[in-house]
Amino acid sequence: MQRKSILAAILSLIAPGLGQLYNKQWIKGLIFLAIDALGIWYFAGHLYRAVWGIVTLGEKKQQLVKVGKVYKNVPGDHSIQLLVEGLIILIIFFIFVWLYVLVVRDAYKTGLIREKGGKIARFSQSVNALFEKNFPITMLTIPAIGILFLTVLPILFGVLIAFTNYSGPSHVPPKSLVDWVGFKTFVDLLTLKTWSHTFWNVLLWTIEWAVLSTVTCYFGGLLVALLIQQKGIRFKKLWRTILLLPFAIPFLCSALIMNNLFNGEFGPINQYLGYFGIPKIGWLSDPSWAKLTVVLVNAWYGIPVTMLLMLGVLTTIPRDLYEAADVDGATAFQKFRSITLPRILFITSPVLITNFAGNINNFNAIYLLTGGGPMTGEYQFAGHTDLLVTWLFGLTYANNKFNFASAIGIIVFLMIATVSILSYRQTKSFKEEDLVQ
Amino acid sequence: MRASRIGLTLSYILLIILSVVSLYPAVWIIVSSFRPGGAIYSPTFLPERWTTVHFTELFTDKSFMFGRWYWNTLKIAVFSTIFGTLLVTLVAYSLSRFRFKGRQKVLSLLLVLNMFPNLMALTSVFLLLNQFNLLDTHLALIIIYSCGAPVLGMFVVKGYFDTLPLSLEESARIDGASHMTVFMKIMLPLSKPILVNSAIGLFVGSWIDFILARLVLRARENWTVAVGLWELATNFRTANFTMFAAGCVLVALPITLVFVLLQRYIVEGLTAGANKG
Repeated sequence: MQRKSILAAILSLIAPGLGQLYNKQWIKGLIFLAIDALGIWYFAGHLYRAVWGIVTLGEKKQQLVKVGKVYKNVPGDHSIQLLVEGLIILIIFFIFVWLYVLVVRDAYKTGLIREKGGKIARFSQSVNALFEKNFPITMLTIPAIGILFLTVLPILFGVLIAFTNYSGPSHVPPKSLVDWVGFKTFVDLLTLKTWSHTFWNVLLWTIEWAVLSTVTCYFGGLLVALLIQQKGIRFKKLWRTILLLPFAIPFLCSALIMNNLFNGEFGPINQYLGYFGIPKIGWLSDPSWAKLTVVLVNAWYGIPVTMLLMLGVLTTIPRDLYEAADVDGATAFQKFRSITLPRILFITSPVLITNFAGNINNFNAIYLLTGGGPMTGEYQFAGHTDLLVTWLFGLTYANNKFNFASAIGIIVFLMIATVSILSYRQTKSFKEEDLVQ
Repeated sequence: MRASRIGLTLSYILLIILSVVSLYPAVWIIVSSFRPGGAIYSPTFLPERWTTVHFTELFTDKSFMFGRWYWNTLKIAVFSTIFGTLLVTLVAYSLSRFRFKGRQKVLSLLLVLNMFPNLMALTSVFLLLNQFNLLDTHLALIIIYSCGAPVLGMFVVKGYFDTLPLSLEESARIDGASHMTVFMKIMLPLSKPILVNSAIGLFVGSWIDFILARLVLRARENWTVAVGLWELATNFRTANFTMFAAGCVLVALPITLVFVLLQRYIVEGLTAGANKG
């Protein structure tokens, strides 16, 4: 009777559940068998087509076929639909395979217990284990399914699109088929003159923007916090509340408001400047001014948050450091340079890096304010203030260049990944903290 | 002492300037929303006559159904907040308190997912919704916002959980409490600030999202306020700026109220995010 575990495992390998039945776990066995039957029935019909769909992206074009006397449009394969369906089925299939492995392992383990003459878990005990021993797995199941289908799948799809020729006007289903083209999109993006010119310029501005917006918000916030925190300033709480207001207005609203404030023709800012005899400035229509405007508006929105953060950090600096500096006769600036600044930089450097990464991806700040404009004919579907992400958006929704959009998305990912690895390595919550179980 | 007096005066002047800059856009849009006529240009800052006609128009006009949109948005935001917070908490708690096989992989996966521009996922989310016949439904938005929540907000909540002492749970476990009881009776009450913070984030996020909502919601009567505002801003602005201003006030008001009332939690979330990552 040494072979119970192996036999149970083999039985479950043949059909998940059999091993459990052999182990006399009736309800469990039947449930697994039912799932197994359902799975096999489903995949027998779908798996082949899913793989075929992903590999070929469809073979039959939409055609005009003569039926009787009239030509009729016979729909062909819809490449993109095939890709999405294929991915869905493959993901379900991997979940199924994973369950399969778990079931076989379970049969094996229960067999082992039987060999050792232990008691087999009753069904109610197995269910209980889900909430005790396997508690974290049980808790993660529902979110995991959601994340798998609504985040992993879409991103996987997005990545794959970059390796196809899915773009208008000649490769958009259902009219025509889409094919795998390997790295051609990336090569085109970097070598075709029209694309690469746009790409490098937009990339350059994206980096400029990320640096400028991070620096303005960070040091702006620090300065405002220092201003409020100064000895002798009264009504500190009032100032804090007033200066926090921009943060409390949803950015959607404030960006659209700013868009009107800076309106070159009728906007109040130009109107006020006019009182001083200053001619109208194209805040949003002149390339250089537009770049300045977006950075300013972003600072307006971002400084309050940093200010709040800095106010918190400032209170953690021990007072006696300043007192000691006073005894040594340090000036205010020396105290700031040698005590305040190093402390603040040390504590908030992860925030600085995260903000930088976030700004590379800051879609709203640009899209709501300038929409990427002012547009220019020099660029391929892009304007002077377009970031990589807003360019990506425009390529997808206005110009049907899905493959280029995806390739740009992957490049943005690589940029952010590089920056983030620097930052996340340092944060506590990612490190393996050994304080738990 | 004179030098510091001058310094203080300068500081006050600076603070006043900053306050004006901070408050001006909000005040300007509120004032504009009560101004008669539709033009953006106005010779005086305050209108000569105040009117609420733009607000009533937004609720009664055929093409603007702000009453209905409010209701839609509220529904979506409330459900997304509830489910999203629940999911965030489940994921964060499991990953913070348990060591199981593949935990490190899950953490890395969540990190990597966060690094992709989420706009990249839009196309296939759209196709997916189409596949399951969920286009033009509020359910679709609720599902997407809720399921996106653990990806976006997990690390801050987990960071907070990591700092809570283990001793309480351990003693409860020794007394025979189940994991579920420990979670519900001990962890949840202790982590109220961070959960409120993440709930606010979700609520605001679903309230003002106009990209996904615009993509999913087709029929006008299904829109959310953010989509409506976007429409006001892009198609009606030049002709009817004051109406846009009124819409802006309507959209911003609930969010600003939430921020002001729950300021404490937001500050807490910010600093938690900063110190614990």
